[in-house]
Amino acid sequence: MWIGIFTDIHANREALEASLDHARRAGISRFIFMGDYVGYGADPAFAVDVIMSEVERGAIALAGNHDAAIAVGTANMNPVAADSIDWTRPHLSLTHREFLARLPLTFEENGRLFVHASAHTPARWEYVTSTESASRSFMATRAQTTFCGHVHVPGLYHLSPTGKLAGFQPVQAVEIPLLAPRRWLAVIGSVGQPRDFNPAACYGALNIERNVLVYTRVPYDNETAARKVRDAGLPAILSHRLIEGA
Amino acid sequence: MDPRALTAGQMIDGFRLVEPMQAGGMANFWRVTREDIDLPMVMKVPLLRLGEDPITIIGYEVEQMILPRLTGPHAPRFVAAGDFEMPYIVMEFVAGPSVKSLLDKTPLPPDEVAAIGARIAFALHDIHHQHVIHLDLKPSNVILRDDDAVLIDFGLSRHDQLPDLIQEEAGGPVGTGAYVAPEQVLGDRSDARSDLFALGVILYFLATGDRPFGEPQRADNWRQRLWRDPVPPRSRNAAIPPWLQEIILRCLEVDPDARYATAAQLAFDLQHPDQVALTGRSARQHRDGIFTVLWRRLRARREPLLRRREALTTHLATAPIVVAAIDLEPGHEALRHALALAVRRVLITEPNARLACVNILKIARLALDEMEDAQGRNPHLSRLIELKHWARQIPIAPDRITYHVLESTDPAGQLIDYARHNRVDHIIIGARASSALRRYLGSVSARVVAEAPCTVTVVRTQVDGASAGAEQNADAQVG
Repeated sequence: MWIGIFTDIHANREALEASLDHARRAGISRFIFMGDYVGYGADPAFAVDVIMSEVERGAIALAGNHDAAIAVGTANMNPVAADSIDWTRPHLSLTHREFLARLPLTFEENGRLFVHASAHTPARWEYVTSTESASRSFMATRAQTTFCGHVHVPGLYHLSPTGKLAGFQPVQAVEIPLLAPRRWLAVIGSVGQPRDFNPAACYGALNIERNVLVYTRVPYDNETAARKVRDAGLPAILSHRLIEGA
Repeated sequence: MDPRALTAGQMIDGFRLVEPMQAGGMANFWRVTREDIDLPMVMKVPLLRLGEDPITIIGYEVEQMILPRLTGPHAPRFVAAGDFEMPYIVMEFVAGPSVKSLLDKTPLPPDEVAAIGARIAFALHDIHHQHVIHLDLKPSNVILRDDDAVLIDFGLSRHDQLPDLIQEEAGGPVGTGAYVAPEQVLGDRSDARSDLFALGVILYFLATGDRPFGEPQRADNWRQRLWRDPVPPRSRNAAIPPWLQEIILRCLEVDPDARYATAAQLAFDLQHPDQVALTGRSARQHRDGIFTVLWRRLRARREPLLRRREALTTHLATAPIVVAAIDLEPGHEALRHALALAVRRVLITEPNARLACVNILKIARLALDEMEDAQGRNPHLSRLIELKHWARQIPIAPDRITYHVLESTDPAGQLIDYARHNRVDHIIIGARASSALRRYLGSVSARVVAEAPCTVTVVRTQVDGASAGAEQNADAQVG
C-alpha cells in the first residue's frame, strides 16, 4: 500500500488540490498530513476543510507551528509569518480553530515516526537542516524511520549500523529503499511553499510493504496561487516565493 | 545465525542450500534451489561479525539497494534478500568462465582481447545507463556468458540517484589496488569513466600478462598511478598492434576527460580497429622520464582531479554515438547538404559525440562480390572517398569521426543492425522525395524510424518536399 505524506500545505489551495489529485491517480489511498495547513497562503479555510474531511475518512493529521500559532500566538515567529497568521485567524471558523488546537504533535506506527519538525522535543519546532540537527532527532527516537517537514526543502539523512550519519539530496521520482539495518530521517518538501528553487509542489509517497520512499513533484497553477496571495494583501514576498520556489 | 555454520540441505526462507561454492573474503556463497523458482540461483551470505571490516556490512546494504534495480543481461537477476537477523542475497547463478580464469593463458591474441573488451564495455554501458557505476571492476567480477559479459558483485558500486553508502562509511579510497582509478584514489566515486580505467587495466593484463600498476595492497601506494605511467603494452608484448596500445593507454589516462567519454565509444573502437585514430600513445615505447614523472608528482599534489560532475545519465547524453546515414546517389546534393547541417547542429550541442558516417552499398541478392564497377573502380574505396569529402563540412576532431561502407541487400535492416550492434544513440538520415516506386518498395528512412533502437532524425529538403507534392498530384492524375 502506498501512503501519501503531505506537509507544509500553507493555505495553498491550488497546490493541495493538484497534489491530492496526483496522489490519488498514483494509487495512494491513505494520507498522513504533517502540519502547517495554514499561514502564508490565501486559502486557509479551504485547506483546513480538506484536512478535516480527510481525517474523517481515516487520514492522520499532525500539528505544525503555524497551526499552533493560531491558538497560542506568534511570539517566536518572524514578522512575515506572524503577519500572515494574524491575517489568517479571522478567516478561520471556530470549528477550524478547535480542530487545529486539538492536533497531536506526533504519530508512530510500525517503527515509523511522523512529526512536523523534529523528533527532538517536537513542540520546539527545531529545523532539520544539517547532520547536527538530524543527529539530535535520531537520538530522540527509537523509530527506524522518521518523517518530518518544516524545512520546505527535501532532504534525506541516514545513520549506518556503524554509526555514520550522512545527508543526501533526494532525486525526484526515484524509489529510495529505506533499508532495515540503517536508520532514516526523511525531510519531506513542502506542498504549498517549496523553497528548493523548484516551484512544483512536493509530497512523499511511501510503500509500506516494500519500504521505499519516493519524493514526488507536482507542477500546479502557482501563478493563480501567487495572485491570490497578492490580492489578499499578504506580504509580497509570500507571493514571489510561490513563483520562484525559493 | 553464524554464516560459517551453514550446512547442505538446510532451509532458509524456502531456499534449500545445495552446496557451498567458493568462500570469498567478505561472503560465503551457496548454490540454492526453491520449489517455486525455476532459475539457477546462488545465495550470498555476508560475513557480518563483530570486528569485520564495516565495508562488508555496508557492501551488503549497497548490493541489496542496487541489484534489484538492475535489469538486462549484464547483471545477475535479483531474487530475494533476507532481513537483518539472517542477512543474505539470492540472485541468479551466472554460468560461465570468469575473466579471471583467462589470466593463466595471457597474453591473449589482440583480436581476442578486443572482443572480450568490447563485451565488457557493452555491459558497462548498460549499467551506466541504469545509473550505476560498478567501481570494483576486475577479472573475478566479470563472467563471460554466451555473447555477453555479466558483471557481478555490486557491493562497492554507486547509484547516482541514491545515497552513496560507501562514501559515507569509508574514510579513504575503496576498491581493488590493481584496478582502482586515479580519481577513486582521491575519493571521487561519481565518475563512470572510473570503470573505463579498470577495464583498461583488464585489457592491459589480458594483452601483456602483466598488471600495469602491480598489485598494491595498501591504499597509500595507490596514489602512485597519479604520476607514474605504465610500461607501454607493446614494449611488454611486441605482438600487440598500435591500435590496441592506443585504446589501452587511452583508458589508462589519469585525467578522466582524456579517456573515452563513454563505454559505448570505447566498444566502438574495440570493434573497429582499422578506424582507431592513432596518436602518440600508440607509438610510445618507454615510460616517461624521471623529470616528467617528478613534475607530475608535484602537480598532482597541487591540482587534485576532483571537480564537480553532472549526473551520470546527463554525462552519457553529452557523449552519444551519432550515425549519419548518407545517400551517395547522384542527384541528392541538396539533401546531403541538409543532412550535413543537421549533423552540425547535433554536434554543436553534444561536444563529446562521436560521428560514424555510414553509406550502405545495396547489392543484389545473388550477385557475387563485385570488386570493381563498370569503370574498373573499387566501389568501396570510391564511396569512402566520397564520405570523407562529404564530412569536410562537419567541424569535428579526426579522432571523433569514422567512415563505414556497408554492403547489404536490405539497407534499412543493415542500418538498424548496425545501430543495435554499436549502441548507437542517434541516427540522422535523409529522406528522398516520395515517388510511386518508393511507396511501392517502402522507404528506408520510414523503416529505420519504425525499427531502430534509438532516436532517429529524418532530414528533408524544402525543394524535395515541394516536388514530392507535385509528384503526388501527377500520380493522382495518372490514377
